[in-house]
Amino acid sequence: MPSTRDIRRRIKSVKNTAQITKAMQLVAAAKMKKAQDQAANGRSYAELLNKILVSLKESAEEGVHPYFSAGKGDRTLVVVIATDKGLCGALNTNLLKKVIQSKLGDEVDFVTIGRKATQALSRLRRNLLADFPIRDPARFAEVRAVGRFLQEKYLTGDYQKVLIAFNNFINTVSQVPTVEQLLPVNPVTLGGKRNFDEKAREVVASELPQYTFEPAAAAVFETVLPQYVNGTLYQMVLEARASEHSSRMVAMKNATDNAKQILKDLTLEYNKVRQAAITNELLEITTAKMALE
Amino acid sequence: MPLNLEIVTPEASIFRGSVDSVELPGVQGEIGVLPMHAPLITTMNYGELRLHNAGSTTNLVVGEGLVEITGAYARILTDMAVDVESIDEAAIEQALERAKQTLDGLKPGEQQEEVAAVMASIQRCTAQLHIRRKRRAV
Repeated sequence: MPSTRDIRRRIKSVKNTAQITKAMQLVAAAKMKKAQDQAANGRSYAELLNKILVSLKESAEEGVHPYFSAGKGDRTLVVVIATDKGLCGALNTNLLKKVIQSKLGDEVDFVTIGRKATQALSRLRRNLLADFPIRDPARFAEVRAVGRFLQEKYLTGDYQKVLIAFNNFINTVSQVPTVEQLLPVNPVTLGGKRNFDEKAREVVASELPQYTFEPAAAAVFETVLPQYVNGTLYQMVLEARASEHSSRMVAMKNATDNAKQILKDLTLEYNKVRQAAITNELLEITTAKMALE
Repeated sequence: MPLNLEIVTPEASIFRGSVDSVELPGVQGEIGVLPMHAPLITTMNYGELRLHNAGSTTNLVVGEGLVEITGAYARILTDMAVDVESIDEAAIEQALERAKQTLDGLKPGEQQEEVAAVMASIQRCTAQLHIRRKRRAV
Protein backbone atom coordinates (compact mmCIF):
# COMPACT_ATOMS: atom_id res chain seq x y z
CA MET A 1 0.00 0.00 0.00
CA PRO A 2 1.61 3.28 -1.04
CA SER A 3 1.61 6.06 1.52
CA THR A 4 -0.42 9.20 1.03
CA ARG A 5 2.77 11.15 0.54
CA ASP A 6 3.88 8.96 -2.37
CA ILE A 7 0.54 9.39 -4.06
CA ARG A 8 0.55 13.14 -3.49
CA ARG A 9 3.95 13.34 -5.14
CA ARG A 10 2.76 11.37 -8.15
CA ILE A 11 -0.34 13.52 -8.50
CA LYS A 12 1.83 16.61 -8.56
CA SER A 13 4.13 15.26 -11.28
CA VAL A 14 1.25 14.06 -13.46
CA LYS A 15 -0.39 17.46 -13.09
CA ASN A 16 2.80 19.10 -14.33
CA THR A 17 2.98 16.80 -17.33
CA ALA A 18 -0.65 17.52 -18.17
CA GLN A 19 0.04 21.24 -18.04
CA ILE A 20 2.96 20.92 -20.44
CA THR A 21 1.14 18.72 -22.93
CA LYS A 22 -1.84 21.06 -22.78
CA ALA A 23 0.40 24.02 -23.65
CA MET A 24 1.97 22.07 -26.51
CA GLN A 25 -1.48 21.16 -27.73
CA LEU A 26 -2.52 24.79 -27.86
CA VAL A 27 0.63 25.83 -29.71
CA ALA A 28 0.18 23.01 -32.23
CA ALA A 29 -3.48 23.91 -32.69
CA ALA A 30 -2.59 27.50 -33.58
CA LYS A 31 0.08 26.38 -36.05
CA MET A 32 -2.21 23.70 -37.41
CA LYS A 33 -4.87 26.21 -38.42
CA LYS A 34 -2.36 28.25 -40.39
CA ALA A 35 -0.71 25.24 -42.01
CA GLN A 36 -4.04 23.70 -43.00
CA ASP A 37 -5.23 26.94 -44.59
CA GLN A 38 -1.99 27.31 -46.49
CA ALA A 39 -2.16 23.76 -47.82
CA ALA A 40 -5.82 24.09 -48.79
CA ASN A 41 -5.26 27.38 -50.63
CA GLY A 42 -2.44 26.08 -52.80
CA ARG A 43 -4.01 22.75 -53.58
CA SER A 44 -6.26 23.73 -56.48
CA TYR A 45 -3.39 25.46 -58.29
CA ALA A 46 -1.08 22.47 -57.97
CA GLU A 47 -3.81 20.02 -58.94
CA LEU A 48 -4.87 21.98 -61.99
CA LEU A 49 -1.29 22.41 -63.19
CA ASN A 50 -0.69 18.70 -62.73
CA LYS A 51 -3.87 17.84 -64.63
CA ILE A 52 -3.02 20.09 -67.57
CA LEU A 53 0.53 18.81 -67.82
CA VAL A 54 -0.47 15.15 -67.61
CA SER A 55 -2.94 15.60 -70.44
CA LEU A 56 -0.29 17.47 -72.45
CA LYS A 57 2.22 14.74 -71.78
CA GLU A 58 -0.04 12.23 -73.48
CA SER A 59 -0.33 14.31 -76.62
CA ALA A 60 3.22 15.66 -76.65
CA GLU A 61 5.75 14.48 -79.20
CA GLU A 62 8.57 12.22 -78.04
CA GLY A 63 11.48 14.13 -76.61
CA VAL A 64 9.90 17.57 -76.59
CA HIS A 65 11.05 18.01 -73.01
CA PRO A 66 13.18 15.73 -70.77
CA TYR A 67 10.69 16.00 -67.89
CA PHE A 68 8.05 14.19 -69.93
CA SER A 69 10.01 11.00 -70.47
CA ALA A 70 11.80 8.68 -68.08
CA GLY A 71 15.40 9.64 -67.33
CA LYS A 72 18.31 7.85 -68.97
CA GLY A 73 19.80 6.43 -65.79
CA ASP A 74 18.54 3.46 -63.81
CA ARG A 75 18.75 4.91 -60.30
CA THR A 76 15.84 6.34 -58.34
CA LEU A 77 15.99 9.57 -56.41
CA VAL A 78 13.67 9.70 -53.41
CA VAL A 79 12.89 12.84 -51.44
CA VAL A 80 11.58 12.15 -47.96
CA ILE A 81 9.69 15.02 -46.35
CA ALA A 82 9.51 14.40 -42.60
CA THR A 83 9.37 16.65 -39.56
CA ASP A 84 12.14 18.42 -37.68
CA LYS A 85 10.72 17.71 -34.25
CA GLY A 86 9.23 14.64 -32.64
CA LEU A 87 6.17 14.29 -30.42
CA CYS A 88 3.84 14.07 -33.37
CA GLY A 89 2.49 10.57 -33.03
CA ALA A 90 3.40 7.87 -35.52
CA LEU A 91 3.72 10.29 -38.44
CA ASN A 92 7.42 9.81 -39.23
CA THR A 93 7.41 6.11 -38.41
CA ASN A 94 4.54 5.48 -40.80
CA LEU A 95 6.18 7.50 -43.55
CA LEU A 96 9.49 5.66 -43.27
CA LYS A 97 7.73 2.33 -43.13
CA LYS A 98 5.94 3.27 -46.35
CA VAL A 99 9.21 4.29 -48.00
CA ILE A 100 10.92 1.05 -47.01
CA GLN A 101 7.98 -1.12 -47.98
CA SER A 102 7.48 0.39 -51.44
CA LYS A 103 9.84 -1.72 -53.47
CA LEU A 104 12.32 0.78 -54.76
CA GLY A 105 15.14 -1.65 -55.45
CA ASP A 106 18.76 -1.15 -54.45
CA GLU A 107 19.58 1.68 -56.79
CA VAL A 108 18.14 4.39 -54.58
CA ASP A 109 19.53 7.71 -53.44
CA PHE A 110 17.80 9.78 -50.81
CA VAL A 111 17.33 13.50 -50.30
CA THR A 112 15.74 14.51 -47.02
CA ILE A 113 13.78 17.45 -45.74
CA GLY A 114 13.38 17.45 -41.96
CA ARG A 115 15.79 16.20 -39.31
CA LYS A 116 13.81 13.10 -38.41
CA ALA A 117 14.16 11.72 -41.94
CA THR A 118 17.89 12.45 -41.99
CA GLN A 119 18.44 10.68 -38.68
CA ALA A 120 16.37 7.63 -39.59
CA LEU A 121 17.90 7.15 -43.03
CA SER A 122 21.45 7.52 -41.83
CA ARG A 123 20.69 4.99 -39.08
CA LEU A 124 19.54 2.61 -41.79
CA ARG A 125 22.76 3.34 -43.73
CA ARG A 126 20.96 4.49 -46.84
CA ASN A 127 22.65 6.57 -49.48
CA LEU A 128 21.98 10.18 -48.50
CA LEU A 129 22.74 12.80 -51.16
CA ALA A 130 21.65 15.94 -49.38
CA ASP A 131 19.45 17.22 -46.64
CA PHE A 132 17.64 20.51 -46.75
CA PRO A 133 16.53 22.25 -43.59
CA ILE A 134 13.26 24.05 -44.21
CA ARG A 135 11.94 26.41 -41.60
CA ASP A 136 8.43 26.56 -40.30
CA PRO A 137 6.34 27.99 -41.90
CA ALA A 138 7.91 26.87 -45.17
CA ARG A 139 8.95 29.60 -47.59
CA PHE A 140 8.81 29.14 -51.31
CA ALA A 141 12.42 30.31 -51.82
CA GLU A 142 13.74 27.51 -49.61
CA VAL A 143 11.74 24.87 -51.42
CA ARG A 144 12.86 26.26 -54.77
CA ALA A 145 16.45 25.47 -53.79
CA VAL A 146 15.44 21.84 -53.32
CA GLY A 147 13.57 21.86 -56.62
CA ARG A 148 16.59 23.18 -58.47
CA PHE A 149 18.82 20.55 -56.90
CA LEU A 150 16.43 17.78 -57.99
CA GLN A 151 16.20 19.11 -61.53
CA GLU A 152 19.96 19.35 -61.86
CA LYS A 153 20.30 15.77 -60.65
CA TYR A 154 17.59 14.57 -62.99
CA LEU A 155 19.12 16.26 -66.00
CA THR A 156 22.57 14.77 -65.39
CA GLY A 157 21.01 11.51 -66.55
CA ASP A 158 21.86 9.30 -63.57
CA TYR A 159 18.27 8.91 -62.56
CA GLN A 160 15.26 7.28 -64.05
CA LYS A 161 12.73 9.02 -61.85
CA VAL A 162 12.30 11.29 -58.87
CA LEU A 163 9.87 10.22 -56.16
CA ILE A 164 8.59 12.23 -53.22
CA ALA A 165 7.52 10.62 -49.94
CA PHE A 166 5.39 12.80 -47.72
CA ASN A 167 2.36 12.72 -45.48
CA ASN A 168 -0.75 13.70 -47.37
CA PHE A 169 -3.08 15.79 -45.30
CA ILE A 170 -6.66 14.54 -45.35
CA ASN A 171 -8.12 15.98 -42.19
CA THR A 172 -7.06 16.75 -38.65
CA VAL A 173 -7.23 13.13 -37.52
CA SER A 174 -6.01 11.36 -40.63
CA GLN A 175 -2.83 11.73 -42.62
CA VAL A 176 -1.76 9.24 -45.24
CA PRO A 177 1.89 8.51 -45.99
CA THR A 178 2.21 8.77 -49.77
CA VAL A 179 4.94 8.18 -52.35
CA GLU A 180 4.37 10.16 -55.54
CA GLN A 181 6.35 10.51 -58.72
CA LEU A 182 7.47 14.06 -59.39
CA LEU A 183 9.58 13.44 -62.48
CA PRO A 184 8.81 12.48 -65.19
CA VAL A 185 5.46 14.26 -65.02
CA ASN A 186 2.87 11.92 -63.58
CA PRO A 187 -0.54 12.23 -61.91
CA VAL A 188 -0.07 13.09 -58.24
CA THR A 189 -2.50 13.04 -55.36
CA LEU A 190 -2.51 16.03 -53.10
CA GLY A 191 -4.61 16.14 -49.98
CA GLY A 192 -6.40 12.83 -50.16
CA LYS A 193 -8.80 12.84 -53.03
CA ARG A 194 -7.62 11.23 -56.21
CA ASN A 195 -8.20 13.69 -59.03
CA PHE A 196 -7.45 11.11 -61.69
CA ASP A 197 -9.66 8.11 -61.85
CA GLU A 198 -8.71 5.89 -64.73
CA LYS A 199 -12.02 6.09 -66.58
CA ALA A 200 -12.11 9.86 -66.74
CA ARG A 201 -8.58 9.85 -68.04
CA GLU A 202 -9.34 7.57 -70.97
CA VAL A 203 -12.14 9.84 -72.10
CA VAL A 204 -9.90 12.86 -71.87
CA ALA A 205 -7.16 11.12 -73.82
CA SER A 206 -9.44 10.18 -76.70
CA GLU A 207 -11.05 13.59 -76.98
CA LEU A 208 -7.88 15.52 -76.47
CA PRO A 209 -7.88 18.57 -78.70
CA GLN A 210 -4.90 19.32 -80.91
CA TYR A 211 -3.39 22.22 -79.08
CA THR A 212 -1.60 25.05 -80.77
CA PHE A 213 1.40 26.23 -78.78
CA GLU A 214 2.49 29.79 -78.62
CA PRO A 215 5.35 30.56 -79.17
CA ALA A 216 6.28 26.85 -79.50
CA ALA A 217 5.73 23.68 -77.49
CA ALA A 218 9.37 23.49 -76.41
CA ALA A 219 9.45 27.11 -75.28
CA VAL A 220 6.23 26.79 -73.31
CA PHE A 221 7.41 23.64 -71.55
CA GLU A 222 10.78 25.22 -70.89
CA THR A 223 9.14 27.90 -68.76
CA VAL A 224 6.29 25.91 -67.27
CA LEU A 225 7.93 22.63 -66.27
CA PRO A 226 10.57 23.99 -63.86
CA GLN A 227 7.78 26.00 -62.23
CA TYR A 228 5.72 22.85 -62.06
CA VAL A 229 8.47 20.96 -60.24
CA ASN A 230 9.00 23.74 -57.70
CA GLY A 231 5.31 24.44 -57.24
CA THR A 232 4.36 20.81 -56.74
CA LEU A 233 7.22 20.23 -54.34
CA TYR A 234 6.15 23.30 -52.37
CA GLN A 235 2.58 22.04 -52.18
CA MET A 236 3.85 18.67 -50.94
CA VAL A 237 5.87 20.40 -48.23
CA LEU A 238 2.75 22.32 -47.24
CA GLU A 239 0.74 19.10 -47.06
CA ALA A 240 3.44 17.53 -44.92
CA ARG A 241 3.50 20.54 -42.60
CA ALA A 242 -0.28 20.53 -42.23
CA SER A 243 -0.07 16.82 -41.40
CA GLU A 244 2.71 17.42 -38.88
CA HIS A 245 0.88 20.06 -36.88
CA SER A 246 -2.41 18.20 -36.99
CA SER A 247 -0.78 14.99 -35.87
CA ARG A 248 1.07 16.76 -33.08
CA MET A 249 -2.10 18.47 -31.93
CA VAL A 250 -3.93 15.15 -31.76
CA ALA A 251 -1.01 13.41 -30.02
CA MET A 252 -0.79 16.14 -27.41
CA LYS A 253 -4.54 16.13 -26.90
CA ASN A 254 -4.40 12.38 -26.26
CA ALA A 255 -1.53 12.87 -23.84
CA THR A 256 -3.46 15.54 -21.96
CA ASP A 257 -6.57 13.36 -21.79
CA ASN A 258 -4.50 10.43 -20.55
CA ALA A 259 -2.86 12.52 -17.87
CA LYS A 260 -6.26 13.73 -16.71
CA GLN A 261 -7.51 10.15 -16.46
CA ILE A 262 -4.47 9.11 -14.44
CA LEU A 263 -4.98 12.13 -12.23
CA LYS A 264 -8.55 11.06 -11.56
CA ASP A 265 -7.52 7.51 -10.68
CA LEU A 266 -4.72 8.71 -8.43
CA THR A 267 -6.97 11.14 -6.61
CA LEU A 268 -9.46 8.34 -5.96
CA GLU A 269 -6.73 6.12 -4.61
CA TYR A 270 -5.35 8.93 -2.49
CA ASN A 271 -8.75 9.55 -0.91
CA LYS A 272 -9.20 5.83 -0.26
CA VAL A 273 -5.82 5.56 1.45
CA ARG A 274 -6.51 8.66 3.51
CA GLN A 275 -9.94 7.40 4.55
CA ALA A 276 -8.48 4.01 5.47
CA ALA A 277 -5.91 5.71 7.69
CA ILE A 278 -8.60 7.75 9.44
CA THR A 279 -10.78 4.71 9.98
CA ASN A 280 -7.80 2.87 11.37
CA GLU A 281 -7.03 5.64 13.83
CA LEU A 282 -10.62 5.85 15.00
CA LEU A 283 -10.67 2.09 15.52
CA GLU A 284 -7.52 2.30 17.59
CA ILE A 285 -8.93 5.06 19.76
CA THR A 286 -12.20 3.23 20.36
CA THR A 287 -10.44 -0.03 21.18
CA ALA A 288 -8.11 1.73 23.57
CA LYS A 289 -11.03 3.43 25.27
CA MET A 290 -12.96 0.18 25.54
CA ALA A 291 -9.95 -1.57 27.03
CA LEU A 292 -9.69 1.11 29.73
CA GLU A 293 -13.30 0.76 30.89
CA MET B 1 -22.47 30.22 -75.44
CA PRO B 2 -20.35 31.56 -72.61
CA LEU B 3 -16.70 30.89 -71.92
CA ASN B 4 -15.94 29.04 -68.70
CA LEU B 5 -13.02 30.79 -67.11
CA GLU B 6 -10.91 29.70 -64.19
CA ILE B 7 -8.14 31.82 -62.69
CA VAL B 8 -6.04 30.15 -60.02
CA THR B 9 -3.00 31.37 -58.07
CA PRO B 10 -0.96 29.40 -55.53
CA GLU B 11 -2.72 31.34 -52.75
CA ALA B 12 -6.31 31.02 -53.87
CA SER B 13 -8.80 30.39 -56.61
CA ILE B 14 -9.46 33.94 -57.85
CA PHE B 15 -12.21 33.50 -60.37
CA ARG B 16 -14.43 30.72 -61.54
CA GLY B 17 -17.43 31.28 -63.73
CA SER B 18 -18.65 32.07 -67.19
CA VAL B 19 -17.74 35.23 -69.07
CA ASP B 20 -18.38 36.58 -72.54
CA SER B 21 -14.73 37.05 -73.39
CA VAL B 22 -11.34 37.67 -71.87
CA GLU B 23 -8.23 39.52 -72.99
CA LEU B 24 -4.94 38.43 -71.52
CA PRO B 25 -1.29 39.43 -71.85
CA GLY B 26 0.37 36.55 -73.72
CA VAL B 27 4.14 36.35 -74.13
CA GLN B 28 3.78 37.33 -77.76
CA GLY B 29 1.22 40.06 -77.25
CA GLU B 30 -2.37 40.44 -76.16
CA ILE B 31 -4.68 37.54 -76.79
CA GLY B 32 -8.44 37.96 -76.99
CA VAL B 33 -10.36 34.80 -76.16
CA LEU B 34 -13.95 34.30 -77.19
CA PRO B 35 -15.97 31.11 -76.72
CA MET B 36 -15.02 28.36 -79.18
CA HIS B 37 -11.46 29.60 -79.43
CA ALA B 38 -9.10 27.08 -81.01
CA PRO B 39 -7.26 24.89 -78.47
CA LEU B 40 -4.19 26.82 -77.37
CA ILE B 41 -1.47 26.51 -74.78
CA THR B 42 0.61 29.56 -74.07
CA THR B 43 2.40 31.41 -71.32
CA MET B 44 1.54 34.78 -69.91
CA ASN B 45 3.54 37.82 -68.90
CA TYR B 46 3.00 40.48 -66.29
CA GLY B 47 0.19 42.68 -67.46
CA GLU B 48 -3.47 43.44 -67.48
CA LEU B 49 -6.23 40.90 -67.93
CA ARG B 50 -9.70 42.10 -68.89
CA LEU B 51 -12.86 40.09 -68.26
CA HIS B 52 -15.91 41.09 -70.24
CA ASN B 53 -19.22 39.91 -68.95
CA ALA B 54 -22.69 41.20 -69.80
CA GLY B 55 -21.45 44.64 -70.79
CA SER B 56 -19.25 45.22 -67.73
CA THR B 57 -15.48 44.85 -67.62
CA THR B 58 -13.28 43.71 -64.74
CA ASN B 59 -9.58 44.50 -64.84
CA LEU B 60 -7.06 42.29 -63.11
CA VAL B 61 -3.32 42.62 -62.81
CA VAL B 62 -1.76 39.23 -63.47
CA GLY B 63 1.71 37.75 -63.23
CA GLU B 64 3.56 35.11 -65.20
CA GLY B 65 1.64 31.96 -65.82
CA LEU B 66 0.25 29.25 -68.00
CA VAL B 67 -2.88 29.53 -70.10
CA GLU B 68 -4.84 26.57 -71.42
CA ILE B 69 -7.69 27.24 -73.80
CA THR B 70 -10.04 24.63 -75.16
CA GLY B 71 -13.31 25.44 -76.90
CA ALA B 72 -15.51 26.09 -73.88
CA TYR B 73 -12.85 26.46 -71.19
CA ALA B 74 -10.04 28.83 -70.41
CA ARG B 75 -7.79 27.99 -67.48
CA ILE B 76 -5.27 30.49 -66.26
CA LEU B 77 -2.60 29.54 -63.74
CA THR B 78 -0.63 32.53 -62.57
CA ASP B 79 1.46 33.60 -59.61
CA MET B 80 -0.57 36.76 -59.07
CA ALA B 81 -4.06 38.04 -59.88
CA VAL B 82 -5.29 41.23 -58.25
CA ASP B 83 -8.32 43.36 -59.03
CA VAL B 84 -7.13 46.77 -60.21
CA GLU B 85 -9.78 48.51 -58.10
CA SER B 86 -8.48 46.91 -54.92
CA ILE B 87 -4.84 47.96 -55.35
CA ASP B 88 -3.60 50.19 -52.55
CA GLU B 89 -0.96 52.34 -54.24
CA ALA B 90 0.71 53.55 -51.06
CA ALA B 91 1.06 50.03 -49.69
CA ILE B 92 2.51 48.75 -52.96
CA GLU B 93 5.00 51.59 -53.11
CA GLN B 94 6.16 50.77 -49.60
CA ALA B 95 6.49 47.10 -50.50
CA LEU B 96 8.49 48.07 -53.58
CA GLU B 97 10.81 50.22 -51.48
CA ARG B 98 11.33 47.40 -48.97
CA ALA B 99 12.05 44.92 -51.76
CA LYS B 100 14.62 47.26 -53.31
CA GLN B 101 16.34 47.69 -49.96
CA THR B 102 16.44 43.94 -49.45
CA LEU B 103 17.93 43.53 -52.90
CA ASP B 104 20.68 46.07 -52.10
CA GLY B 105 21.45 44.14 -48.92
CA LEU B 106 22.07 40.90 -50.81
CA LYS B 107 25.48 40.17 -52.21
CA PRO B 108 25.66 39.45 -55.95
CA GLY B 109 26.38 35.84 -56.78
CA GLU B 110 25.17 34.63 -53.42
CA GLN B 111 21.75 33.65 -52.16
CA GLN B 112 20.39 33.21 -55.66
CA GLU B 113 17.06 32.00 -54.35
CA GLU B 114 16.61 35.11 -52.24
CA VAL B 115 17.50 37.35 -55.18
CA ALA B 116 15.02 35.57 -57.44
CA ALA B 117 12.26 35.91 -54.84
CA VAL B 118 12.92 39.63 -54.35
CA MET B 119 13.12 40.27 -58.08
CA ALA B 120 9.76 38.55 -58.55
CA SER B 121 8.20 40.68 -55.85
CA ILE B 122 9.63 43.85 -57.45
CA GLN B 123 8.16 42.82 -60.78
CA ARG B 124 4.79 42.17 -59.22
CA CYS B 125 4.76 45.55 -57.49
CA THR B 126 5.82 47.44 -60.60
CA ALA B 127 3.17 45.76 -62.72
CA GLN B 128 0.46 46.60 -60.20
CA LEU B 129 1.54 50.25 -59.93
CA HIS B 130 1.87 50.65 -63.67
CA ILE B 131 -1.56 49.31 -64.48
CA ARG B 132 -3.26 51.04 -61.60
CA ARG B 133 -1.90 54.39 -62.78
CA LYS B 134 -2.84 53.69 -66.36
CA ARG B 135 -6.39 52.88 -65.30
CA ARG B 136 -6.66 56.04 -63.28
CA ALA B 137 -5.44 58.19 -66.16
CA VAL B 138 -8.14 56.86 -68.49
